[in-house]
Amino acid sequence: MIIKQLSVFLENKSGRLHEVSTILGKAGINMSAFSVADTSEFGILRLIVSDHELALKVLREQNFSVNLTDVVCLNCPNQPGALARALQILAENEVAIEYLYAFSVDDSANVVIKPDQLKKCIDVLTLHSMELVRASDLYRI
Amino acid sequence: MIWNEKIECAGRQEMRSIQSARLKEIVERIYYAVPSYRKKMQEIGLTPQDIQGVDDLKKLPFTTKLDLRDNYPFGLFTVPMSEIVRLHASSGTTGKPTVVGYTRKDIQMWAECVTRALCMAGVHHHDIVQIAYGYGLFTGGLGLHYGTENLGASVIPISGGNTSKQIQLMEDFGSSVLCCTPSYALNIAEVMKEQGLDPLKLKLRVGIFGAEPWTEAMRKEIETKLGIKAIDIYGLSEIVGPGVSCECENQCGMHINEDHFLPEIIDPETLEPVAEGEIGELVFTTISKEGIPLIRYRTRDLTRLIYEPCACGRTLVRMVKCKGRSDDMLIIRGVNVFPSQIETVLLQMSEVEPHYLLIIEREGTLDTVTLMVEVQEQFFSDEVRKLQELRMKITKQLESVLGISVNVKLVEPKTIERTAGKAQRVIDKRKLNEI
Repeated sequence: MIIKQLSVFLENKSGRLHEVSTILGKAGINMSAFSVADTSEFGILRLIVSDHELALKVLREQNFSVNLTDVVCLNCPNQPGALARALQILAENEVAIEYLYAFSVDDSANVVIKPDQLKKCIDVLTLHSMELVRASDLYRI
Repeated sequence: MIWNEKIECAGRQEMRSIQSARLKEIVERIYYAVPSYRKKMQEIGLTPQDIQGVDDLKKLPFTTKLDLRDNYPFGLFTVPMSEIVRLHASSGTTGKPTVVGYTRKDIQMWAECVTRALCMAGVHHHDIVQIAYGYGLFTGGLGLHYGTENLGASVIPISGGNTSKQIQLMEDFGSSVLCCTPSYALNIAEVMKEQGLDPLKLKLRVGIFGAEPWTEAMRKEIETKLGIKAIDIYGLSEIVGPGVSCECENQCGMHINEDHFLPEIIDPETLEPVAEGEIGELVFTTISKEGIPLIRYRTRDLTRLIYEPCACGRTLVRMVKCKGRSDDMLIIRGVNVFPSQIETVLLQMSEVEPHYLLIIEREGTLDTVTLMVEVQEQFFSDEVRKLQELRMKITKQLESVLGISVNVKLVEPKTIERTAGKAQRVIDKRKLNEI
């Protein structure tokens, strides 16, 4: 249930995002999900890719600061109120969310969540019959 | 007006005999009172009897900022603390400040030197002197303050900062003299312009500027913008503070108060004295100080001396504007900064590797400092909050150690250039070298 997310440190200057995507493209790595957090000074690119070990290697070779971060991915129906229910469960169980990003495919939506307590997050969501995406499935999207 | 004509216009021989007598006395006092300096003398088989006058000066071992650090805080004082009436401090090379102590007599001597400097600059007892140097551990504010009072002029002890208030008091009180760093003077001029105030309508006529390097171009700019005469004053806290030397109205080199601070110029490599008039490192022996007299203290400032009497009538030896430094010390907004201090701060923080680049720029009139730190994998976090916390932590640490605010910028790894030899850690874009 644990998904490996790539986090890449980027300075705020033009062309950096392009460079990352070019490096990954050349290595034949596909990106399933993608989000950028930005401040006035720097940005953090968060990615879920088809082969995170390879991605880590090629990006490090190009001197990027890259980390692997454990996240979970929730799959919920692509309809009003579905995410709210999941978030309510987390809130009631005092699992805080550091950040999240989502993408929807047809009838379902995938929500990548970085909780403050990973295990508890997985446990409470599973307990409430929430569907979590398996890593192998997500990497293939 | 010449404040102390007897000394300031003394013949060379007369000055030398004063210096010789005082040097002899100070060497003897330090030898018996300061174990670390006595040891230095003993190591080369030197006794106080070997020093009979200025000609013997070159036999004596040097004193450096390192000696002040090693004897922190009061190890080089030659009097008991009960006789010290004031302490000042400036930044040392690594974290620990450089501490200096003054006896009552030292404070009087310093005031006398500053009064002479003010008179050199053309200040009279009927002037109103606005002191916009910082008051505190830094010697700038209080140094000028005591000298001005000693002269009998009126002091406005406003200290640094709060530019609108500076301008308001300048207008309302009719300040005729401004004392501050040259970059702050330009900043004041700029704010005046923004406020639509014509500086030429103010009573201001003289500025006494120092504590940081400045160029002839800056002098012209200040003089034009503020409609004043801009005078260069020199000093360092280890020697006494401002007033070690100062320009007269002819602006042709700073007259050294050499009856108190005996100057030499040495080659910073060989440590041998250079030929008269040649450029080298300025070295001072404080021949009348009681609290913390220093023998052959290496200032690291590069300059040369002019022994010809000046058109103003003074015979005090002159030093030309400093041409740079023989070490890597930077003067930023009047504050001494050593790159080693930054390294120490970064090394103390486990999250950071000491790969950094310090960029100093002059934006408008004020120096800005940007520190680029590489984000290494071990402290890179996927959370913005944590990176910002790290940035704040570095910023605060640096501010408390350096005493100036630094804009910390996190950059990608390997973006700071690696060089084969000594890494370039500092880029000074202020263009101060066209002096």
